[in-house]
Amino acid sequence: MSKYANSRFITNTLSVLSPLSLLLLWELLARAGIVDTRLLSSPTLIVQSLVPLLVSGELLHNTLVSVQRIIAGFIAGSVPGVLLGVAMGLSPLVRSAIEPMVQATYPIPKLAIMPLILLVFGLGETSKIFTIAIGVFYLVIINSMAGVLHIEKIYMDVAKNFGASRKDYYLTVALPGALPMIFTGLKLGMGMALILVVAAEMSAAKAGVGWMIWRAYDMFAIEQMFVALIVLSVLGYLFSIALDISERWIIPWKRRE
Amino acid sequence: MSSDTASIQVEGLNMSFPSRSGQVVALQDISFSVGSGEFFCIVGPSGCGKTTLLRILAGLETATSGDVTVSVTQKGRPVNSMVFQEQSVFPWMTVRDNVAYGLRLRGISKKERWKIAEGYITMIGLSKFADCYPHQLSGGMKQRVSVARAFANDPEILLMDEPFGALDEQNRILLQQELLRIWEGTRKTAVFITHSIDEALCLGDRILVMTAHPGTIKCIVNNDLPRPREISTIWGNPRYHGLFQEIWGILREEVLKGKELEASCR
Repeated sequence: MSKYANSRFITNTLSVLSPLSLLLLWELLARAGIVDTRLLSSPTLIVQSLVPLLVSGELLHNTLVSVQRIIAGFIAGSVPGVLLGVAMGLSPLVRSAIEPMVQATYPIPKLAIMPLILLVFGLGETSKIFTIAIGVFYLVIINSMAGVLHIEKIYMDVAKNFGASRKDYYLTVALPGALPMIFTGLKLGMGMALILVVAAEMSAAKAGVGWMIWRAYDMFAIEQMFVALIVLSVLGYLFSIALDISERWIIPWKRRE
Repeated sequence: MSSDTASIQVEGLNMSFPSRSGQVVALQDISFSVGSGEFFCIVGPSGCGKTTLLRILAGLETATSGDVTVSVTQKGRPVNSMVFQEQSVFPWMTVRDNVAYGLRLRGISKKERWKIAEGYITMIGLSKFADCYPHQLSGGMKQRVSVARAFANDPEILLMDEPFGALDEQNRILLQQELLRIWEGTRKTAVFITHSIDEALCLGDRILVMTAHPGTIKCIVNNDLPRPREISTIWGNPRYHGLFQEIWGILREEVLKGKELEASCR
C-alpha cells in the first residue's frame, strides 16, 4: 500500500469511527446515569421508539406531508425567483423597479411574518407553502440577479463582436453564465425551506415532522423528538444530493474537484 | 486568395476619455491602411492605446472622431472577428460549440456548422478535445480555440489583441508557428497587436510602431522577411536582427518617455 492510499485509509476510518465513538460514549454515559435519559435519551432508546413509529406508518406519513410542503413551497418560490432575478439582471429598468423593494424587505426574518400569513391564508396548506415559498424566493431572486450581473464583460464583448442579437445574448451568454449562481441560490433556498417547514408545522399543523417535534414536546416523548431530528437530517441530505445531481446534469461545464 | 479579403482604411482617428482631470487623449490622429491579405502588426509601449485602437476597429468602441472603412468583399459575411487577449472562450460550451459560435449566430444549421468547425478543430490539433469543456484545457489550448473560433467565422478581417500574451514562451512560439501556418493557408487580412518586437517580426508584413500618451503613429516599418515563414529560421536571418534593432531603436525612447510620465504621476 502506498503512503498516499495509507493516509486515505486512515482518514476514511476516522470519519466513520469518530461519530460512532460519540454515539457509544452517549450510550455509556446514559447507562451509567451521568446523562439524564429523560432529557437527552440514549441511542438505544431512540432506536427502540423508532421501530413502532416505522411499523405503524406514522413516521412515513408525517415525513411525506413535510416533503410535499417543501417541494411545493420550493417550486412556488424558486420559479418566480429565477424568472424575476434573471429579468432584473438583464434589464436596468426591471432592476430599478424591483430591487429597492427586495432590498428593503429581505432583512425581515421570514418567521416574523408567519402570523400575518396565517391570518391571510388561514390554517390550511396554503399558509405553510407560502411561508416556505417566500423564504426560498428571496434567496433565489438575489442570487439569480447577481448571477447575470457578474458575468464577465469579456463574454459580452465576444457576443457583440460575433454579431449576437439581444435574444442570442440571453440564450448563449446571460442564461448559461448565470446558471452557477442560480444554483447557489437554489441550494441556499432548499436549506431555508427545511428551516421554514419545521417552523410552519410547529405553529399550526396536524401532521409533518415539525408537528412531530412539537407533539413530542407536549407529550414529553423525547425519543420521538430525536427520531424527527434524524428524519430532518436525512431529508436535508437527500435534497442536497438531488440538487447536486441536477446541477451536474444542467451545468456539465462546472469545474469540480 | 487575397482577392476575396478586405482592406482597411483608417482616417484621422481620435479617441479621448473623460476623467477627473479633464479629457484624456488615448489616440491622436491615427491614419493608416491595411492592404487586402496583409498581416499588419501594431507594436507599442504598454498603455499606448493599442487595445483601444483594435476595439474601435472591432466596433466594440466608438472613436471620438475619424473614420474606419472596411472594404467588404462579400455581402452577409461578418466584417471582423476578434481574438481577445484574456481568456474569452465560453466556459459553458464545448470546444466544438465555441469554435462554431459565430456560425450559430448566423443561423447555420448544427450539422453544417459542426462540419465547418471540425476542420478548424483539426487545424489547431484539438480533435481529441472537441467535446471537452474549456476548464479541461490548458491556457494554450484555450487560446487555440479562440483563434479557431475567429477563423471559423470566416470574417473579412481578423483582429487579434495580444492573443498569446498570457502564455509561457514555449507555448507562445508553438502557437505563433501554428497561426502562421493557418494564416498562410487563408491569407486573410489581419491586424495583430503585440508588445513583442519578436512576435511582430515573426508574423507581420508591416509593423506600425506607436508612441505613448497620447497614442500616435511613430512610423510604419516594412517587414520584408520571406514567406512562408518558419520561426526558427527567421531567428537565423540577419535581416531579422537588423529590423529588430531598428524597431527597438524607435521604441526605446517611447518606452522611456512612458516610464517618466508614469513616475511623474505618482
